[in-house]
Amino acid sequence: MTDRETSGRMRKHPILKFDRGKEVRIRFNGREIKAYENEAIAAALYAAGVRVFSRSFRYHRPRGFFCAIGKCSTCLMRVNGVPNVRTCVTPVEDGMVIEAQKGFPSVEHDVLSAIDRFSSFFRAGVQWHSFIRPSFSWSVAQRAIRSLSGVGKLPTPSTPTIFLPSQSKDVDVAVVGGGPAGISAALFAAKLGVRVALIDENSKLGGQLVKQTHRFFGSEKYFAGKRGIEIANILSDEVKRTDNIEPLLNSSVFGIYDKGKKLGVVKRMGLKKERLIKIRAKQTIIATGGYERTLIFENNDLPGVMGAGGVQTLMNVYGVKPGNRALIIGAGNVGLILSYQLLQAGVEVKAIVEAMPHAGGYFVHASKVRRLGVPIFTSHTILRASGKKRVEGATITQLDEKWRPMEGTEKDIKADLIVIAVGLNPDTRLLGEAGSVLKFVKELGGFVAFRSRHMETDVEGVYIAGDVSGIEEASTAILEGRMAGLSAGLNLGVVDERAEGLREEAMEELDEFRRNPIGERIRKGIGEVIIR
Amino acid sequence: MRKGKKMVCLCEDVTEEDVERAIERGFNNIELIKRYAGIGTGPCQGRSCVPHVIRILSKKLGKSPDEIGVPTPHPPVCPVFLGTLAAGKERGK
Repeated sequence: MTDRETSGRMRKHPILKFDRGKEVRIRFNGREIKAYENEAIAAALYAAGVRVFSRSFRYHRPRGFFCAIGKCSTCLMRVNGVPNVRTCVTPVEDGMVIEAQKGFPSVEHDVLSAIDRFSSFFRAGVQWHSFIRPSFSWSVAQRAIRSLSGVGKLPTPSTPTIFLPSQSKDVDVAVVGGGPAGISAALFAAKLGVRVALIDENSKLGGQLVKQTHRFFGSEKYFAGKRGIEIANILSDEVKRTDNIEPLLNSSVFGIYDKGKKLGVVKRMGLKKERLIKIRAKQTIIATGGYERTLIFENNDLPGVMGAGGVQTLMNVYGVKPGNRALIIGAGNVGLILSYQLLQAGVEVKAIVEAMPHAGGYFVHASKVRRLGVPIFTSHTILRASGKKRVEGATITQLDEKWRPMEGTEKDIKADLIVIAVGLNPDTRLLGEAGSVLKFVKELGGFVAFRSRHMETDVEGVYIAGDVSGIEEASTAILEGRMAGLSAGLNLGVVDERAEGLREEAMEELDEFRRNPIGERIRKGIGEVIIR
Repeated sequence: MRKGKKMVCLCEDVTEEDVERAIERGFNNIELIKRYAGIGTGPCQGRSCVPHVIRILSKKLGKSPDEIGVPTPHPPVCPVFLGTLAAGKERGK
């Protein structure tokens, strides 16, 4: 390898052009690393060959790049003296000093990982049973445990953090989440002339569309034939042109109070500057989407085991090659499309493993990857990932009709990347805080809220749209967003004949879209949580 | 070969075996397991572990996921500096 520092970055891509911006220098554990200003810290480190990002809380197990959207805990590092920074969502700055938070002597070579071998002394819940007698033993043990476990150390006094005075805002409609559902909810509520706040934690709108490079299906009217990244741009341009939508970017809703009427929002302005914004909303639309499911198998936390979304971010947003040989777990649409995207990025896809007896995704996607020579092992699952500090291989096995692994069918596959694409769960935590009753509906991906035909939940004035109401796809999220936005506007007392017509139209389009076997399942699921 | 750990909760290093053991010890509902083993209390606030814990509980106890339920969500659902919450209002307002 001649140019190790840049070897992870793709120079050419059949569809994408990467706008990396100016070159900057950062330091990671004392080593100087080349990066680009539009990259997140974690992506820059990955491109430079860093795989071990942290050591785990209890056992000092190596952990690496995983979710890429600030939702997990594996990329937390100390940046410019600030502990527990989510490096996957923090952009690099020239001269940034980045340190891994654990590991002695270093995060890559950590002698304390020996704890992993004596885990029975340290496992979860042990604090309730051990060191009880004699009574002083707990204070001794506590000190030892504190120094060995935990995450991060307090910031040094020389790293001042700026807490700006809080602000209050009154709006007619607050929309939480700026993905396809949230944006279209905001746009359609705004059409009725009400004041809308659109809150999203990322620096740009579009949610997970920003990393979708495939063309969408469906009707012309709803962006069919366009790629996800293009749809994200069209929608966010429309938000910019709409005066009565206030987009609040880099802002997270950390809590919802008073039956959905009050929102606690934290606006992030760089590493050390934050502001609390209290929003009072007459109507609230929750479009928080879903989060990726993980899968339980041996060493499922090894660096190199990644969520499908994490891989897409790395490859399609930052243009960093996620690995050389990939094994994909899950042959739903995400797993199939991702396999194709990996091949486009020059990654060899060794196999796709699917526990069901048939691939779950659309037939066109499955035949496309098969044509490219990728085997799909149905009725198979992964048993373990192997490798010391990064994935070096995996063992898969066949399942019998009762989903039990069949002995003697194990196969070892050489891979440096294991991608988990086993679906999403709706992210309903804010709905729970608003007081909504949740029900488990398998067809919708997990616990979801009860809702009316017009997307209003059992809590008056709280609406849902998109994956949070049931895992589906971007096209249906856009339609549900329209319905939620229009309903919120109408319930504010706006009189608009057109609005009711538009809402009916969206509803009919949704029915049309769901007229297939996959949509049939969704409709059955929705039937269990429909009220009024 | 030593068996590798099967991680349910990456934030707090809780394995599938740990959750099963907790249930066997009598911590047989999701709020108890949360307090006993720490699932859902790490930086990710239960995103990856909670569905698995519900599945394990439902399998071990023979109950439906609805009977198990989800742990009560509390703010904050994402990290916030305490200083931000304590900063106070702008002067003159």
